Amino acid sequence: MNICVKYFASIRDEMGIETKNIQVCEDLSVNDLLNQLIKNESIARTALVAVNHKYVDRNFKLKDGDEVAFFPPVTGG
Amino acid sequence: MKIEILNDKFDPWEAIVEYKRNDLQNNPSIGASSVFLGTVRDFNDDEKVESLFLEHYPEMTEKYLSQLVNEAIKKHKIIDGLVIHRVGNLKPTDPIVVVATWSEHRASAFDATRDIMESLKSEAPFWKKENNGKGFKWVKPADSSNIENEES
Repeated sequence: MNICVKYFASIRDEMGIETKNIQVCEDLSVNDLLNQLIKNESIARTALVAVNHKYVDRNFKLKDGDEVAFFPPVTGG
Repeated sequence: MKIEILNDKFDPWEAIVEYKRNDLQNNPSIGASSVFLGTVRDFNDDEKVESLFLEHYPEMTEKYLSQLVNEAIKKHKIIDGLVIHRVGNLKPTDPIVVVATWSEHRASAFDATRDIMESLKSEAPFWKKENNGKGFKWVKPADSSNIENEES
């Protein structure tokens, strides 16, 4: 299946890319994807994840066409 | 309800008065108005801050702020709420965020404004990058020990 991955803020800087479309196997969880893509353990541990613009937990199962965003803890306000 | 994310400097007081006059039509049921205004400081811990850059997730952030205000309307039974948040380049003294709520009585307005602001700080997808005069670095949340920089 195809998914779109987006990185924000310090994670984008670390990954050196903002967006990429990738093909992944069926039944993939957010945690599986995160481990495949982000090798820096500290960043992977603290990353927040949104799928289709909503927060999800690490066990969330991805489906074809999803937009997955990885970003660091937020610092607005 | 009004949620706005702005790239340019704004006058929070003017925005509040305008919203109350035009959208709330000076609703006579309103007995309390509560406002929180956040502005850029010129220091963070022991370092000066010359400027900062605020990034957001356009497709998610505005929806998330709407959700926070809707939750506050339900929980505290307030009449209405407004959130305006800056993104882009900011300098010390610039307004970053304004949260305003209107209710019949003061307790619900105080509580709703605080709830919205605390949730915004810990959950809404915004990220600050500060310029201390030597370069930019990402700000980390106050309770995080895993990222290199400190929060404003």
